[in-house]
Amino acid sequence: MTPSPLGRAFQDLRAGWGQRELWGHLGWQDIRQRYRRSLLGPLWITISMAVTAIALGILYAGLFGNPLEEQLPYILVGFIVWGFISGCVNEGSEVFIANEGLIKHLPSPISVHVFRLIWRQMLFFAHNLVVYAVMLIVFPQPLTWRSLAAIPAFALIVLNGAWVALLAGIISTRFRDLTPITQSIVQLMFFLTPIVWIYDDLINSPNPDVADRARLAEFNPFLHFIEIIRAPMLGADQQIRHWLVVLAITVVGWVLAILVMRRYRARVAYWV
Amino acid sequence: MVSITTRDASVDFPIFDAKSRSLKKTVLGVVGGNIDSGAKVPVIQALHEVTVDLEDGARVGLVGHNGAGKSTLLRLLAGIYEPTSGTAVVHGKVAPVFDLGVGMDPEISGYENILIRGLFLGMTRKQMEKRVDDIAEFTELGDFLSMPLRTYSTGMRVRLALGVVTSIDPEILLLDEGIGAVDAAFLEKARDRLGDLVARAGLLVFASHSDEFLRQLCTSAIWMEHGRIKQQGSLKEVLTAYKGPEAWPLEKGHGAA
Repeated sequence: MTPSPLGRAFQDLRAGWGQRELWGHLGWQDIRQRYRRSLLGPLWITISMAVTAIALGILYAGLFGNPLEEQLPYILVGFIVWGFISGCVNEGSEVFIANEGLIKHLPSPISVHVFRLIWRQMLFFAHNLVVYAVMLIVFPQPLTWRSLAAIPAFALIVLNGAWVALLAGIISTRFRDLTPITQSIVQLMFFLTPIVWIYDDLINSPNPDVADRARLAEFNPFLHFIEIIRAPMLGADQQIRHWLVVLAITVVGWVLAILVMRRYRARVAYWV
Repeated sequence: MVSITTRDASVDFPIFDAKSRSLKKTVLGVVGGNIDSGAKVPVIQALHEVTVDLEDGARVGLVGHNGAGKSTLLRLLAGIYEPTSGTAVVHGKVAPVFDLGVGMDPEISGYENILIRGLFLGMTRKQMEKRVDDIAEFTELGDFLSMPLRTYSTGMRVRLALGVVTSIDPEILLLDEGIGAVDAAFLEKARDRLGDLVARAGLLVFASHSDEFLRQLCTSAIWMEHGRIKQQGSLKEVLTAYKGPEAWPLEKGHGAA
């Protein structure tokens, strides 16, 4: 008896999860690979993040006339989270194209490639948390037990990274233009999302035009993803609406990804 | 129970040229309506209504010209391609050996490649650690195993890949020819190990142009032509039909019909 296409989509995810040992190893391998033969190795991930965030922090603190101890932590945390999100989306849009050889030669659930990608991005994120830890020492933040909300927040972001990679991966394998389109959009969203500019400052700007325009950011889904984790990591006020938006996107996104998988999962091997 | 069953399974490849693979054309095509010739994606029919029943113990050779569909059939049997029409049901753990290079990383050591390759073939890390010494001995690579794979010659790579592949215990073994580039002495050794591997496997499908290899490993055969099965039967029958009587020298005593 052959399972239904929907059953097969779930089976793919289950079987992919079952091969943790494989993608777990490959994810590590990807990181070590990138810095092979370099003296500092994966520490470069941490260093380059620190350098960029500090430089941007100094630059924008000067431009907006904000104190460095406010601007720098804001940019740094935003930047670390954005690194994870943009990594999942950008690499997700070519996840199957990049693994053409493996897909055509070894039978494995397509979700294996997505899990490997997400795991690799999580490892990058973990390396960058070192910068966050150092920042906490230099610029202490008012952390409370409520800051632990950062953990479920990250879990939600990971969950979203997975459906985005699956969906974007499948569609862009069929339509190759989608990869560059996705990457341009992600680049643009970096500026439209409050990462280098402080959301509350612009909303409360004395200039009503600026305040009105800043409010448009509420329509930007990335704002909510950044907020649910940045606020707890900086010990700032947490707002429930960001969580609700993210939860809604998680559900809708996964339904969409499963539907596309149901219809097109088996086509990926034909398209790559 | 190990088995492979396909019913009228077809594999059709859409061939997207740069234009039809782009969103622009699809979107414009929808808007513009009836451009029949321009809107259709050309399709290559790689397999057409293939029906096979392979049971535990089957030793099947695949013969046919280049492009006849042997490799595509192997991929269908491996579950890599799900049929575009018809059905293909595979019971058992599949170990496909199509391209010895896939999944090998030139930048990491031979040992690490052994592990990764094994994981890809469905083994666990523990199982591979147990086999590593055996593989090292078979490949005769010695200290080279801790060197990055890029320092290996082609022959050394083949040794490594063969070492891993022949160390596993597959339920279904799918072999595609292309195991050249090894010195004669090693090939003898590899042949013994391949023989052992085949004996351990529940089911073997082997695509090859070498009559000698086929006679050694297979008892039945499938002859592919233009993506269809032209003939199925005992190896002797099929090979004789495919190549003529000289493919079956009388002095060889094989050929359980």
